[in-house]
Amino acid sequence: MLPMDHVIALSAILFTIGVLGVATRRNLIVMLMSIELMLNAANLAFVGFNRIWSQLEGVPAIDGQIFVLMVIAVAAAEVAVGLGILLSMFRNRDSVNVEEVNLLKW
Amino acid sequence: MVDVGTESDLLRWIPLLPLLVAAYHGISIGFLRRPTPPRVAAVVSCAAVLLAFVLSCIAFRDLLALPANSRVLVDDVYTWIGAGIGSSALSAEVSFQLDPLSAVMILIVTFVGSMIHIYSIGYMEDDHRDDKGIQRFFCYLNLFTFAMLVLVLGDNLVLMFLGWEGVGLCSYLLIGFWYSDSFNAYCGSKAFIVNRIGDFGFLIGVFLLFGALSEIGHPAVSFAGIQEHFDGIVEMTIAVPAWMPFGPEWRLVNVIGLCFFLGACGKSAQIPLYIWLPDAMAGPTPVSALIHAATMVTAGVYMVCRLSFLYAAAPEASAVIAWTGAITALVAATIAMAQNDIKKVLAYSTVSQLGYMFLAAGCGGYAAAIFHLGTHAFFKALLFLGAGAVILAMHHEQDMQKMGGLWRQLRLTRWVFLVGVCAIAGFPPLSGFFSKDEILIAARASHVPGHNWLYGIGLATAGMTAFYMFRLWYLTFCGECRAVADVRNHIKDPNGFVLNPLRVLAFFSVFAGFAGLPQVWGDIISIEESNSLANFLTPVLAVGELHAIEHSQELWMASWAVAAALAGTGLAWLSYLRKPRIPGWLAANLSGPYRALFNKYYIDELYDVVIVRPIVALSDRVLYRIVDARWIDGIGVNGTAHGIRAFAANGLKYAQSGLTQSYVFFMIVGAVAIVSYLLR
Repeated sequence: MLPMDHVIALSAILFTIGVLGVATRRNLIVMLMSIELMLNAANLAFVGFNRIWSQLEGVPAIDGQIFVLMVIAVAAAEVAVGLGILLSMFRNRDSVNVEEVNLLKW
Repeated sequence: MVDVGTESDLLRWIPLLPLLVAAYHGISIGFLRRPTPPRVAAVVSCAAVLLAFVLSCIAFRDLLALPANSRVLVDDVYTWIGAGIGSSALSAEVSFQLDPLSAVMILIVTFVGSMIHIYSIGYMEDDHRDDKGIQRFFCYLNLFTFAMLVLVLGDNLVLMFLGWEGVGLCSYLLIGFWYSDSFNAYCGSKAFIVNRIGDFGFLIGVFLLFGALSEIGHPAVSFAGIQEHFDGIVEMTIAVPAWMPFGPEWRLVNVIGLCFFLGACGKSAQIPLYIWLPDAMAGPTPVSALIHAATMVTAGVYMVCRLSFLYAAAPEASAVIAWTGAITALVAATIAMAQNDIKKVLAYSTVSQLGYMFLAAGCGGYAAAIFHLGTHAFFKALLFLGAGAVILAMHHEQDMQKMGGLWRQLRLTRWVFLVGVCAIAGFPPLSGFFSKDEILIAARASHVPGHNWLYGIGLATAGMTAFYMFRLWYLTFCGECRAVADVRNHIKDPNGFVLNPLRVLAFFSVFAGFAGLPQVWGDIISIEESNSLANFLTPVLAVGELHAIEHSQELWMASWAVAAALAGTGLAWLSYLRKPRIPGWLAANLSGPYRALFNKYYIDELYDVVIVRPIVALSDRVLYRIVDARWIDGIGVNGTAHGIRAFAANGLKYAQSGLTQSYVFFMIVGAVAIVSYLLR
């Protein structure tokens, strides 16, 4: 069976990639995708920890899985809003580069 | 746990009924802005208080059905304040307790209260100053009844304090009821502020008592709990600085007793805090009768009797009470002799009679104090309501020098008023005679230092009481009418709402004394255990150590009291009816003392110079202009705002760069900081 620390390590790696993606990329679409990556890294961690929990307690637990469903629902909503912002930005600026959207500042 | 007594769900309704009606009035004029018709509002209010009286009677009957030594009914509603654990836990319940002492009080409060409510219908009828005036009046009156009932029924000090503050608030609201006249508003504020000084003492007393009880591991605020563990704190002392007199250690019970007595001084108008009561007469006359004569001002006496176990263990504090009471009685009586406003005379008379009650309580005659409280409630309510009837008949003229000769026109009022005057003057067998006699005997028999002097002062005051009351009577009802012709031709007895309560109160002013008939009189007409009131109260009141007084001596003392009353009456008759030139001659030839009396010993002016003005100056020049305006507003409020604005304008704004990437960067830094803090 797959060792659990591998699952957690994979989750950590995915999350780090996501963070770096959001921090370094200028393309809004890629930034959104990176956010999705982070969310799904968290999902993976939830599932992994849920399994660890079940083994420790000796009874099957489902709390982690339920949380994953919640996260998926929230992520779907977030993508809808994010793509909405992205579309209106593209219509106004003909671009998806976030560096070109800097009107709101001091 | 303390033995709590028999459960009774009835008790909570006694204060709750007036509260519900007060809330109804408040909502209807305050929120809905749709006043109920005045008559309806008044009848609802009267019904609530009458019903509370009926419930009180039922509760009283239940109480009498219990064996004499365990006469306590309790109604535990809910825990109001629960805080702390272990030896400092505070648990204040909303819990009502009916024992003989509070039973006497609620009967007086609800009975006299309902009489005065009914009277108010007639008295306030011609008040057209504003359209919702009547309902506002009855709202406050019911709220007052609620607060007073909470005060006497509360089974702990915290709940008692709620009622204590509540009656103070209603007193303030009702003194300033006709607020469009700024003098009335001033009088209301004065009453409230002076009472605050007393309340401060009350609170300190509660804190000290609770602290001491916590120290021995039995925190309690309920009277039963305090009494149970009281033995543990009797011997406690507190250290005081070397320059304080009677040092270096004071007994704690004396300090607590004096703190509570300061509260009582404020509420019950004793020296040095009596100055608010005469000014409280600015309120409508039924208010003066209910709040400033019959019920609220007796709260201090009730409180001292409620804590009688404490005062019995604090002889020094008791001596202070006795002497304060005696001096107040004397001073107020002398002032009353020279006042011309009919309500002012009655107001000083109230101060004087309250002094009597404290004299009794300080001497250990707690039952005598409560007895006088009850009879005084009847005859002073009667006198005030009678004065109200006179004032109505005179078209709101209160100066006795413009009255006179009302004997012919006020055919009912004259009789009930005369009954009140005779009762307060102490003529047998009216109620005032017996209760005053009990107080004088208590003073004579007590161990208070100078107790014979106290007796002498009491006797002198009794004579002066007779003098100023008959002076009032002669000036108002006898001689020639000194009113202007326009008023003179329209004087007549007021309507039935006003007169019927007067009849009832007159009946009780005559016969209430027999509830507490001293044994010496009981022996004469061969009734055993004639002092039923004192016997009823015995289980809840402490008994002070008294000198033995023989019955023959008691009879002599009663004769002396009657002689003093007769002397006062005779003097009044001589100088105001027989030879009306005497007062003028005295005023001219003894102008110094006369003016001192007429101007109330200049006490108000003295307080103004010594206390009020320095405080106002300090508040204005230092606290307002420097502390508040410069420090709190200048540095604290505006300084913070200016500082933050400067900081934001010169530094913080650059954080908002408009670069999404930098926001993301700060977010990540923040998240990492939080996570690393949590995982530390």
